[in-house]
Amino acid sequence: MIGIVDYGVGNLFSLKSSLKFLGVEHTVSADKEELARCDRLILPGVGAFGDARAILKESGMDVFLVEQASSGKPLLGICLGMQLLLEGSGEFGSHEGLGLISGRACPLKGEINPSLKVPHMGWNSLYFLQKSKLFRYSNEGDWVYFVHSFYGKGCGGDTLATADYSIPVTAAVGRKNVFGTQFHPEKSGKAGLKILRAFTEV
Amino acid sequence: MLAKRIIPCLDVRAGRVVKGVNFGGVKDVTDPVTLAARYNEEGADELVFYDITASHEERKLFTDVLEKVASQIFIPLTVGGGIRTVDDFARVLGCGADKVSVNSGAIADFSLIGRAANKYGSQCVVLSMDVKRVDGRFTLFAKGGRENTGIDAMEWARRGVGDGAGEIVLNSIDTDGVKGGFDLEMLEELCSLVDVPVIASGGAGCAEDFVTLFKSVPGVDAGLAASIFHFEEVNIKNLKKMLAENGIPVRI
Repeated sequence: MIGIVDYGVGNLFSLKSSLKFLGVEHTVSADKEELARCDRLILPGVGAFGDARAILKESGMDVFLVEQASSGKPLLGICLGMQLLLEGSGEFGSHEGLGLISGRACPLKGEINPSLKVPHMGWNSLYFLQKSKLFRYSNEGDWVYFVHSFYGKGCGGDTLATADYSIPVTAAVGRKNVFGTQFHPEKSGKAGLKILRAFTEV
Repeated sequence: MLAKRIIPCLDVRAGRVVKGVNFGGVKDVTDPVTLAARYNEEGADELVFYDITASHEERKLFTDVLEKVASQIFIPLTVGGGIRTVDDFARVLGCGADKVSVNSGAIADFSLIGRAANKYGSQCVVLSMDVKRVDGRFTLFAKGGRENTGIDAMEWARRGVGDGAGEIVLNSIDTDGVKGGFDLEMLEELCSLVDVPVIASGGAGCAEDFVTLFKSVPGVDAGLAASIFHFEEVNIKNLKKMLAENGIPVRI
C-alpha cells in the first residue's frame, strides 16, 4: 500500500490514476497513523516551498516524514515534494527543508541562460549520474515532463539524474530509501509510469 | 533542451470530437477517448480539449469524457471552452485537467486571469487568443472568432502575461482551416513581446508546415492542430521523425 501524503497542496488526480493504472494499491491521507501503516510514501506538491513547509510543520507531518524515512520506508517526493526533501530553500525568504537529501531549492532565474523561459516547462530528457533502483526500467535519454521555477542546487552525491536547460538541472535525487523527482512521473507518459513502477519495487 | 511540443486539439461537443472549417460548419468525427488513445500512442506531447457544448447535459458528457481520458493517458491535458469563473477552473482541474485555457471569459472579465493564477499558479493558466488582421492591425476576436473586440491583440497578450497567464495559444483566424501553413508573421510578433511559452495554432496543412514553423520562429514552443491529425493526413510519429531529421528537438 502506497500512502500519498495529503497536505492540501496540488492536484492528485494524475498520481492516483497512474497508480491505479499500474494496479498499485494506494490511499490519499493526512492521517499519520494510516500513513504509518503504508509500506511506501509519496510526497506530492505544487506551489510555494514556504507555504508547503509551514503546513507540514503545523501538522507535525515534517517530523513524521523524517522518522518514517529514517526507519527505512521508501519515500518519493515529486516536484515541490522533492524540493521539500532538501536542506532548505531560498524561495521567498529562507526556509528549512526536511534535510533528507543534500542541497537547497534555488531559482532557475539567474542561473540559466537568460534567453530561456522560466518556468522550465515541458518535456526534457534525462541524463543519469549514477545507477538507481528508481530507474531500473528507464533508459538514459527518456523524456519526462517538468514544470518548475526552482531547482535543487548542490545535491552533490545525492543527484541521480539531470536534465539539460543550459545548466544541468537536478532531475532526480536519492539517498538510500529516499527519492525525489523534479519532473512529474505521473505526467510523463510511459517513461513516467516506468519510474513509478520501479518505486513500488524499491 | 526542451522538446518542441506537438499538440492535437479535440473540439468536443455532446461527448464527440467535431471539426469545423474557418470557425464555421461542424462535422462529427469520432469518439474522443479512442482518439486520445491513438494520439498518445503516436507520441502527442499534450492534448487540448475544447468544450464547445451548447447545453448543460452536454457539459456533463464533456467532464465524463475528460475524466475518462485523464485516467488513462498520462500526458498533460489542457481544457478550454466556456471557462468564465475560478469555479470553472476547479471543475475541470478536478476531472484531471492540468491547465485551463481562457479566451472569451478573460475578455468578459480580465481579472479572471489574475485570480486563477493566484489560486492555481501561472503554469495552470493558458491565455487563448483568436486573432485576425483588421486594417493591418492584429485584432482580438471573441465568441469563437465571430466578434471583433477592437482590442489590440499584442497589447492584450502582454497584459495577460503581466497578470499571470503562463502560456499563450495564438489562433490565427486568417490562417485557420486554410491549411496553407501557420501565421509566421503574427507568431513572430507575439514571441518578441512575451516570455512565456507560445503555442501556434491555425493553418497547419502538412508536416512540412511544422518544420517551417519551428525553423522560422524559434520562440514558438509548440504547434497545435486538429483536422490534419484527426483525418490522419499527418501522423504524429512520422511528423516527429521529420522534425528530428531537421534538427528540431522532439520527444520520440
